[in-house]
Amino acid sequence: MARTPVEFRLNGAEKAVFVEGGANLLDVLRRGLGDMTPKYGCGQGTCGTCTVLVDGRPQLACLTLAETVAGREVRTVAGLPDGAELHPLQDAFMENFAAQCGYCTPGMLMAAAALLERRPDPSREEVVEAISGNICRCTGYEPIIAAILDAAQRRRRRAS
Amino acid sequence: MARHKGRGFAAINYPIGMNLGGDPSQALVHSNPDGKFMVSLSSIDLGQGMKSVTRQIAAETLGVPVEDVYVDTADSDTGPHCMGSFASRGTHRVGNAVIAAAQEARAVLLEAAAEELEVSAADLETDGRGNIHVKGAPGRSITTAAASLAAQFKQGRTVSGRGIFLIPFAGVDPETGEMTPVSCFAHAALVVDIEVDDETGEIEVAKLSSAYEVGRALNPKLVEQQLVGGAWMGMSHAAWETTEPYYPDRGHGPEDFNQYLMPGPGDIAPHDIAILERPAPDGPYGGKGPGEMCANPVLPALANAVYDAVGVRIDELPVTPEKILRGIQANGGARPKGRR
Ligand code: FES
Ligand code: FES
Repeated sequence: MARTPVEFRLNGAEKAVFVEGGANLLDVLRRGLGDMTPKYGCGQGTCGTCTVLVDGRPQLACLTLAETVAGREVRTVAGLPDGAELHPLQDAFMENFAAQCGYCTPGMLMAAAALLERRPDPSREEVVEAISGNICRCTGYEPIIAAILDAAQRRRRRAS
Repeated sequence: MARHKGRGFAAINYPIGMNLGGDPSQALVHSNPDGKFMVSLSSIDLGQGMKSVTRQIAAETLGVPVEDVYVDTADSDTGPHCMGSFASRGTHRVGNAVIAAAQEARAVLLEAAAEELEVSAADLETDGRGNIHVKGAPGRSITTAAASLAAQFKQGRTVSGRGIFLIPFAGVDPETGEMTPVSCFAHAALVVDIEVDDETGEIEVAKLSSAYEVGRALNPKLVEQQLVGGAWMGMSHAAWETTEPYYPDRGHGPEDFNQYLMPGPGDIAPHDIAILERPAPDGPYGGKGPGEMCANPVLPALANAVYDAVGVRIDELPVTPEKILRGIQANGGARPKGRR
């Protein structure tokens, strides 16, 4: 199968990879580039745990053709912390007990990161909508919603 | 067309663990020369907090800071035997095994300290902050690290302990068939408030209110986390999830998340939880285990709420809009029971 060179930025770093025709972004990130933070849940666009940001917008990596991110900026959970300092979302998820098995967590974090960049002070309804494509089996969602609202406050405090 | 409010209630007694073969679990505890303790288990943490709770239990029993305890559940091939993480047995069974193992390890630790301090082990106590000292004379003290180090390099002792918990065999009374399969019960009561649309058959959950008696809540935040999450798994079993129509034949059944429905973040409702603590006599520090029972009362409570709202008695799960509509039709219309 034809292999295409693809260049894009992953969490700020330039990456150049060869991808097979039809390869999806999730495989390229995990197997090709070794970024294991986006998870494989269903592989068919229904669980949301593979969510990454492409040019700031949440996108399901399992349904994204790797070739389509050429020249773009891809962000994953690996890129959330600022050096040793965790992202406010990560702190808030820990302190609000927003994960049990943790399988949904990377997708929730990225969906929430996109929301907070767009809407620094979101309403509860906006939070619910932002994560409505992400399934969580363990938490009952409430702690996740609370964590995202809390993270918005932390983020605004850090910025000011 | 109308929306009908309904309220349903359910109460449960929930047996902790099972009795098969005595439902045993083992734990091994040992110290490293730096005075940190390792708890080896085969009991899996799938997010419910097994590692956190056994770590607390080990630290409390050993008398050392919780930071000095590691729990390793890495491999059921190499770890001591455990029946598994199910039947809400983890805290109770594994916790008791950890207490037994930690008590044995603590006894050796105190002997090692006694030898260094030239006193009797019976005169020693721990301060929970990493020191062992003579009772009433905190000045005559040695750190757990120094005692572990001496045990390893001077005294030739292993600071270690073995623990197992096994439910005593329960015989069956040949006359009555009576037996005691379970030594520990937890309890819960739950009220659910819903609205049922008599045109679409859809249910909207307005509020959950519950009380759970879990023995001692060894880690209150983890207990709350399980109860909040587990209630929605219960609700999901009650109103969404199904392997219908021909289970166990998979034909036409749901095969993926598009068809196998579960509540999403937009479907949840507030849940008011009261955690009642009544320590279990045979539980580790009184703990029972929230486990599965956080889902259980939701199912009967929801079925009762539907009956209250529209007078349809549904006895097969899940409570789907179709079943509600068929019931309303069979009754010749919605028959709200009304507030009594
Ligand atoms: S793995 Fe991509 S949505 Fe489930
Ligand atoms: S924490 Fe387990 S799926 Fe969300």
